[in-house]
Amino acid sequence: MTKPVFITGAGVISAIGNNVQENLAALENGKAGMAKMEYLSSAHKEKLPVAEVKMNNEALAALAGMPAHISRTALLSAIAAKAAIQNAGLESLKGLRSGFISANTVGGMDKTEDFFTDFLSDPQKGRLRNLVHHECGAATELVADVLGIKNYVSTISTACSSSANAVFYAARLIKQNILDIAIAGGTDSLTKFTLNGFNTLMILDQQYCQPFDENRRGLNLGEGAGYVVLVSEKVVQTLKQNPVCTLSGYCNANDAYHQTASSPDGTGSYLAMKGALEQSGLNPADIDYINLHGTGTQNNDIAEGTAIKLLFEGKYPKMSSTKSFTGHTLGASGGIEAVFSVLALQYGLIYPNLRFETQMAALPFAPETIFRKGEKVNHVLSNSFGFGGNCSSLIFSKLQA
Amino acid sequence: MYIKAAAAISPQVSFEQILQSPASYNSNRLNCAEPDYTKLFDARIIRRMSRIIKMGVATAKDCLHQADVQSPGAIITGTAYGCLADTELFLSKMVENKEELLTPTAFIQSTHNTVGAQIALMLKCHNYNNTFVHRGFSFESAMLDAITLLHENAVEDVLVGGVDEITDTSHTLLSRFGLYKQHAFSNLDLYNNHSKGTIAGEGAGFFLLSKKTTGNSYAKLDDMATLYKPSSPGEVAGFVNDFLHRNNIRAGDIGLLVSGENGDAANDKWYADMKKTLFNDTATQAFKHFCGEYPTAPAFALWLAANIMKTGKIPAHKKIKAPGKILIYNHYLTIHHSLYLLSAC
Repeated sequence: MTKPVFITGAGVISAIGNNVQENLAALENGKAGMAKMEYLSSAHKEKLPVAEVKMNNEALAALAGMPAHISRTALLSAIAAKAAIQNAGLESLKGLRSGFISANTVGGMDKTEDFFTDFLSDPQKGRLRNLVHHECGAATELVADVLGIKNYVSTISTACSSSANAVFYAARLIKQNILDIAIAGGTDSLTKFTLNGFNTLMILDQQYCQPFDENRRGLNLGEGAGYVVLVSEKVVQTLKQNPVCTLSGYCNANDAYHQTASSPDGTGSYLAMKGALEQSGLNPADIDYINLHGTGTQNNDIAEGTAIKLLFEGKYPKMSSTKSFTGHTLGASGGIEAVFSVLALQYGLIYPNLRFETQMAALPFAPETIFRKGEKVNHVLSNSFGFGGNCSSLIFSKLQA
Repeated sequence: MYIKAAAAISPQVSFEQILQSPASYNSNRLNCAEPDYTKLFDARIIRRMSRIIKMGVATAKDCLHQADVQSPGAIITGTAYGCLADTELFLSKMVENKEELLTPTAFIQSTHNTVGAQIALMLKCHNYNNTFVHRGFSFESAMLDAITLLHENAVEDVLVGGVDEITDTSHTLLSRFGLYKQHAFSNLDLYNNHSKGTIAGEGAGFFLLSKKTTGNSYAKLDDMATLYKPSSPGEVAGFVNDFLHRNNIRAGDIGLLVSGENGDAANDKWYADMKKTLFNDTATQAFKHFCGEYPTAPAFALWLAANIMKTGKIPAHKKIKAPGKILIYNHYLTIHHSLYLLSAC
């Protein structure tokens, strides 16, 4: 076993709440975040429900303490990252080698879309202010500067597994004594680009999604940001509070099957989950809850389900897709779901899989449908799988008494 | 850590060309000298791939071929801009068609991890695959991921690279930000031209890193480091000093400094100040007159340095003997500073 990496704080903003408390309340009350499009302006407004953060950019900017003209991706990121640090019980970051490792897939595309409308009419037109933060890394730097983090900044983009990769990369840098503390996770705002992209793939559900249901129709896109604070053993001893859990295992594997589709037997998903279990030194039977990738598409859910069937054969943990609440937040999903996993350990929670009706015929198990409190939850597995066959699994474990 | 293989597609055809007679361009845009892809891939695949994907995958393939590795322990990519051509195509169609009648191909290939994913798909490689997209630290992040992954003892070898492309649109847009020189001159005169702006570049560079050497490695990679947004050139000198110190060497031990001046007067002052403080007597080799300026240009610098180590030949100094240690120093727009230390093996 290598040196442990501890998690001491979490911050989240999503369609079901602007902070941890609001997210927890919505999870407990079964309140989904999908609705008719209100903040994104798109031709598909009437047809495609989305899971938006329920604030306009001005309100987000006020909460983030940043200018309102910058990308919504950066505003969401700043709110969740600041909350994560406040939640971590640190005196300050001073004297610590700190890192901000954030993932996203859209960068400043929300602003680039505005720019391009003018630019296409005349290459000398369009406000450069709307283009200057286009790159994915720009959102990370805007937020790192607000957080006052300078030692290490980095951005990962591997589609829907992006922020899970950010979490394990941060853990590795701490283990190898390169950083003392890292805020890691991801952010994405809804954009016309991604909405139309997923729409051309014909995997968007025109109703609210039903992950892991036999009659699932596709996914709903969402937006938000989620970060966890990872620290070394040395930092833990200086904290005002006990750490919540450790990141006990992680693994990234590639499906190497197709650019966007998962292999029918979920090879990549299987290898990621198996690798994370091996690293944590746990057996499949030790996992108490799986936070599924569970997008609600035909392809993902059967691939992920088949891989779980093979790995956990006969003894299936409780599981659910919280995307039935938040929608699929793409580059933010691994971060948001890492936060939900940490909260599940902290409070002994099992989240429901909303709108589940019919068990998938090919699977011998079904997701949880009711919210449970006070459960024995010692180890949580969180899955994040993305385009390019990019499959990541994280395992969060309660501290041994 | 050893660089077992190094491959690049750049505005220069080869290291030999750089030694003998570097390619000259009379424009502020240096496009890659791309190989004949029909010799590398079948026609069906070539039609489907955008230019950045072809450049990245072909470079990766060359690198693996050199190292005689079928399937690496990990594939890690750095790209600041990602797949620009496909992004623009989908975005333009979306705006022009008012979000109707769109097809998925460009969207699918616009995803930032497409190059790494296509390499995995080509090799049927199920191993670790990651992509970093952090501006002038995209390649540096990929390298640190590779190095720490090797230290974790998770894998034997890692294929790691940096790739970025110029498109007509990106060139127009970056020109509007005032990044490039506006008058005509040759890239080979870049450093005689102390005006504002630089020249645009692009390229792909891939490396096979391994903890062990089989005897024919290009070089030993001793260390690397990054510095984000220093407040002054003095802070950079301190950063370089600390780096030398942690590697137990002095500035005088560096046989060659590979340095990233891009021809923009204000930008290059940072290099001049750092050199004046630490490397007054050190032989230097510039590289952006060969490859142009772009966020993942350090991948080209590492390829160049690896080739200098392997051949013992320095393009700028025909009479200097092979260096025992090379230090690469680069910064991107004064924000992202990086160092790489190589030793002969």
